[in-house]
Amino acid sequence: MSTHPPVSDPVAMVLSAIAEVAPELEPELADLDPDVDFWLELQLDSMDHLSIMTRLSEQTGRDIPERDYPRLTTVNSICSYLSGPGT
Amino acid sequence: MGDTATFEYRLPSLGADMDEGRVIEWRVAAGDTVHRGDLIAVVETEKSDIDIEIWHDGIVEEFLVDVGELIDVGTPIARLRRLGDDPVPRAQDSRDQEQPSESRGRVDVEGFTVVQGQGRVLASPLARRMAAERGLELASISGSGPGGAVVEADVLRAGAAQPSPPATQPPARSAATMRSAIAERMSRANREIPHYHLARDIDVGALKMWLDQRNAARSISERLLPAACYVRAVAVAAARHHDLNGFWIDDHFEPASAVNVAMIISLRRGGLVAPHIERADQRSVDEIMVALNELVTAARTGTLRGSWLTGSTITVTNLGDTGADLVHGVISPPQVALVGFGRALPRPWVVNELVTVRPVMTATLAADHRATDGAIGSRFLATIADELEHLTLLEQSERT
Repeated sequence: MSTHPPVSDPVAMVLSAIAEVAPELEPELADLDPDVDFWLELQLDSMDHLSIMTRLSEQTGRDIPERDYPRLTTVNSICSYLSGPGT
Repeated sequence: MGDTATFEYRLPSLGADMDEGRVIEWRVAAGDTVHRGDLIAVVETEKSDIDIEIWHDGIVEEFLVDVGELIDVGTPIARLRRLGDDPVPRAQDSRDQEQPSESRGRVDVEGFTVVQGQGRVLASPLARRMAAERGLELASISGSGPGGAVVEADVLRAGAAQPSPPATQPPARSAATMRSAIAERMSRANREIPHYHLARDIDVGALKMWLDQRNAARSISERLLPAACYVRAVAVAAARHHDLNGFWIDDHFEPASAVNVAMIISLRRGGLVAPHIERADQRSVDEIMVALNELVTAARTGTLRGSWLTGSTITVTNLGDTGADLVHGVISPPQVALVGFGRALPRPWVVNELVTVRPVMTATLAADHRATDGAIGSRFLATIADELEHLTLLEQSERT
């Protein structure tokens, strides 16, 4: 398992990963519904997607296999996935 | 000009739709010796702030424009004294005056090198300005951008202690201004270029399977996207079919000596940029993926380099899996071809006379009919299809 400490504020971590990859979206993130499919909502493309997943993976020390991507569509679903037992 | 011991550096065109810009910061001072590839200024265009590089060695004698002054592409912005045996930079001196700015694309194609920061703190122009506004020392901020560059998020973090208005967007360039620049450009393309359009459906089942297997075995930071494979296929096809890789200048086609594949990146605050991957045909699919990542990151964070925007020889637009099925593109002059990739969808497909379901993607070619005819375009698309269906070169590049 990873040696990374548990994430204290997973929502903030996800939002900051989005903001780092897509800085121009930062103003919109405050109002982002954590249960909405934000890839579509924010018009993120596949390169943004990969960059955000890469950041989250680095920060949590968890691999995020491609097969799990389809269920990682909202801020909340990503948070619960990352705080879960892993695959 | 008379004085051959000096030469003028002119405002380069940093993209097909750039007609004017302003120097917002000098990176050098009068008396400095500069070398080919050095960053000499930050230029603000309608789309973003861009670091521009000098193509020739010299000593900066004098700046010819003021910081912030709006100037046309081609305007001399600095005068430099030649160094010893530097080859005469005729391309900069004469062509700029005689020809529309786009023509310089060809001249600039060869020998570009993307330089990394030279002892200077790497930072995006926006971050640089924000840091200055906040009285922060750039060197004291740790960068999280490409190559450790300081980007605006870093400045915001570093400046969090002191209250300041949120400056999360690049300075407001009016959306209307950018729109009109694109409108002018695209009107010209449609007016001057007799486009022809071809499409070809490509079975990307094998490619998807190859990517899935490859990515499953790799850490997330090494995973590939289909876009990298598409660019690789276009680069291979462009190297093979020279007639589509180059420029239409002065009523004739000039083939390019390198394959610099531009990728259209749409900016969410409006508009688009099309930086290129230099000599993409010489790169493996992994190297193209790294380069693509770099371009997209730079486009998003406003750290594009001028050399990525000049000298593109062919352009790719990838609609992605949430995009439309196919695109009939508009060519960016003076290029003569634009390749579009639609989204891959499961579709009925005939294999060995049986109908089956395969993921199918429609590739399109918009080409300049002055330069080529449909037969060449068809062969070009066939090469792309062959690459993507049989993975010939993708697998080769893996072995090497």
